[in-house]
Amino acid sequence: MNASQRLDATFAALADPTRRAILARLATGNASVLELAKPFDMSQPAISKHLKVLERAGLISRGRDAQRRPSRLEARPLAEATSWLADYRIFWERSFQNLDALLEELKTQQKKQRRAGRNRRSQ
Amino acid sequence: MNPKNTFKITSSGDREVVMTREFNAPRKMVFETLTRPEYVKRWLLGPEGWTMPICEIDLRVGGAYRYVWRHSAKGTEMGLHGVFREIVPPERIVHTEQFDQPWYPGEALVTYVLVERGGHTTLTCTILYDSRETRDTVLKSGMERGVAVSYDRLDGILAEIAAK
Repeated sequence: MNASQRLDATFAALADPTRRAILARLATGNASVLELAKPFDMSQPAISKHLKVLERAGLISRGRDAQRRPSRLEARPLAEATSWLADYRIFWERSFQNLDALLEELKTQQKKQRRAGRNRRSQ
Repeated sequence: MNPKNTFKITSSGDREVVMTREFNAPRKMVFETLTRPEYVKRWLLGPEGWTMPICEIDLRVGGAYRYVWRHSAKGTEMGLHGVFREIVPPERIVHTEQFDQPWYPGEALVTYVLVERGGHTTLTCTILYDSRETRDTVLKSGMERGVAVSYDRLDGILAEIAAK
């Protein structure tokens, strides 16, 4: 996978609320399928399916222990995804803030010109 | 309301993304800042560190525009270009949009609509992508509400990871 495909896989994986909740749970520590299934009121096969999507996206890794196969959160793809999100939003937020400042400057200029125009006319 | 808090990004239909933002200025002035190079290069810069060394705007239907941003510290450049389809001062601009190194496939159609009320101007920017897939790729960049929510959540997750 290249960077863009990896990002696609990350976002597709994050689009589901259950998978986001699983990540939030794993942020507090590694957990087995059984431990993850409990709070979600879901079958183990359903949880396993979500874990496969998360694993393919590189968001988690699974332990070798054949019985428990504990899931572990992988921080790097999450960090890549969030920095990308932040970039896009920040681009527009900062640009519009710059525009606010520019508009204030133009309004001040316009007022000065109007005042100068009035002074000329009254002379 | 503080204009800074009026920034909104949402999806619409199958292929659109809609951004709105309010400005404390009449729309004639906002229109000028969107269409005159000497103004555009002063505000359409994103985060600190970026400049716009190339900003060319041929403001007529069929006329082209071209923006090139540069980040001197990172040594990177990014270019964007397109053609004007409609120009109705001071209320409406429609142009195509394509990145030099496309981060989404194909061309998008961008429509700006300016509405003035009591000296304030609401700018609505609608970006129409060439397919649902393209739009959704862009939505995944954090503009969709669900992802925006998960973004807040991710912040928490990342903070927790960092604290370990």
